[in-house]
Amino acid sequence: MFEYIVSKYNYWVYIFLMMLGLYGMIGKKNLVKKLIGMNIFQVAIILFYISIGSKVGASIPILTAEDLHGSANPLHYMNPLPHVLMLTAIVVGIATTGVALGIIIMVYNRYKTLAEDEILEIRKKSGV
Amino acid sequence: MTYEHFAVLIVIVPLMSAFAVALLGWFKRWACYPLTLAALFVSFICSLGILNTVISKGTIHYHFGGWEPPWGIEYVVDYLNGFMLVMLSFIALVVAIYSKRSIEQEIPEKIVPYYSIFLLLVAGLIGITVTGDLFNVFVFLEIASLAAYALIAVGEDGAPMAAFNYVIMGTVGACFYYLGIGYVYIVTGSLNMADLSQLLPNLYHNKAVLVGFALFTVGIAVKMGLFPLHVWLPDSYTYAPSVTSAVIAPMFTKVMAYLMVRIFFTLFKPYFSIDLIPITQILTWVAAGGIIAGSILAIAQTDLKRMLAYSSIANIGYIVLGIGLANRMGLTGSLLHILNHAFMKGTLFLVAGGIMYKMGMRDITQFRGLHKKMPFTMGTFTIAALSMIGIPPTGGFFSKFYLVLGAIDARQWAFIVVLLISSLLNAVYFFRIIENAYLEPPVTAYATDGGTHEEIKRDELPLSMLIPTLILAAGVVLLGIFNERIIAFIIRFAVPASF
Repeated sequence: MFEYIVSKYNYWVYIFLMMLGLYGMIGKKNLVKKLIGMNIFQVAIILFYISIGSKVGASIPILTAEDLHGSANPLHYMNPLPHVLMLTAIVVGIATTGVALGIIIMVYNRYKTLAEDEILEIRKKSGV
Repeated sequence: MTYEHFAVLIVIVPLMSAFAVALLGWFKRWACYPLTLAALFVSFICSLGILNTVISKGTIHYHFGGWEPPWGIEYVVDYLNGFMLVMLSFIALVVAIYSKRSIEQEIPEKIVPYYSIFLLLVAGLIGITVTGDLFNVFVFLEIASLAAYALIAVGEDGAPMAAFNYVIMGTVGACFYYLGIGYVYIVTGSLNMADLSQLLPNLYHNKAVLVGFALFTVGIAVKMGLFPLHVWLPDSYTYAPSVTSAVIAPMFTKVMAYLMVRIFFTLFKPYFSIDLIPITQILTWVAAGGIIAGSILAIAQTDLKRMLAYSSIANIGYIVLGIGLANRMGLTGSLLHILNHAFMKGTLFLVAGGIMYKMGMRDITQFRGLHKKMPFTMGTFTIAALSMIGIPPTGGFFSKFYLVLGAIDARQWAFIVVLLISSLLNAVYFFRIIENAYLEPPVTAYATDGGTHEEIKRDELPLSMLIPTLILAAGVVLLGIFNERIIAFIIRFAVPASF
């Protein structure tokens, strides 16, 4: 059992990080902390994808001169596709963070605070 | 020019125009509006060409860069997304025509970026619909979502907070979706939908496939605002600018409903999602809860847009109920309701925007005498409201009728009761507005000096706003009258053959 957990440690790390991010989004009151939780959540999934693409003892997927003449053995190379997908996902994550930060600035300009409960109180007072 | 390139032009034209609008806006602000219209018009023409090709020649496959499907990205259009494309590009065009005056009044300093992001949203939604590649769906989903967050955030006072909540919820939904792709990819090594539907049947008992399927379902349910996961939706629709509500409400959740149909019945075979795991059964009950809860919450609202938002949640319930019933009648009703609801909700939000434009308020209790002030606007509202309640010959009646037939076919009597009750609840909250606008004596009629009746002058919307509203309302009626043909020529083939 212990060995089973240790041998798949990268997947456990991904689950732990994901739950940490989820906690950050739900449990924290500050909007920036919520956003950080969201980022951790996204990074956890990126780690998962990187784990599924890698192989023990394999090298980066670049063909050498010998491979071109002989037959390239796919077992010697990592799967590049999940890693490439993650390049897209990283870009998407950055864009999301950017938009969210922009929205946070708008929130701050309006309420002069970033704590969710204080914002709710201000909104309740003004009746909106 | 050949028809085959339409499948890619329909995405590329709005996408590229989004950047062109942003650039052009630096020099000529007035040019943004016509350029947006032109791009959406090209998109609409392309969608008609695509649907025509699909009907005459069958499914379209477009391979990017000439790479064969399992390796390259492929766009696939069949009957199911063919009619979705026409609907999306048509409503986007109509709302864009409407948008000019409303935007100039509500957010005058942000016209250029608004149109640019508007086009990005449309490109993203059309992209989700047209693509045949799972990961490509995710990319377009994020383009559309990011555009939607920005379009909502520029609204009135509560909008930034609503948009922030939407960012958090929407990102979690999208993350679940692409985590699901990862699990499916582990066991199959493919991302192409057609390829996956060939590979997956041998792996239906694999745990990774089950987890992937669960993640897909939850992720899409968050994005479409299915009942217990809907909390982002009412605030976003209420505080967003009128045009944003009018474009997101009919389009975004419908595209997610389409994606759900695609994943349940094309990516996975109906046998998997119906017999192997009880997902469709669970969904019917979730949807029934959503229908009742959405309708009851809608009755409790006095803000017109918030009421429409809760009514949207109930209508998502109808669509998911049809998917969950998983028989020919149920799914036909569901697809027809996607079409009908897009038109009805589009009309209602355009009317809400129009009242906001003229009166600067949307409190239902202040609508008294509005039919004298804005007879055409309230007329279109009444047509759409009747359709929401489900009164023939409007479209809403027929989609509900097919849903009831589907429930009878599935021998699920409880859902017939749910559908009937929700129609009554719909009648309660829509007739409340119609009564206020038509029958109650207008408040302003009693002038302060001695109670002489002050004549309410007719003060209609400007034509650029009125005509799009009328077009959509006419669409609601026409969809009802021609529902037989729409089903016979298009939707019949969009439902999986094994049903």
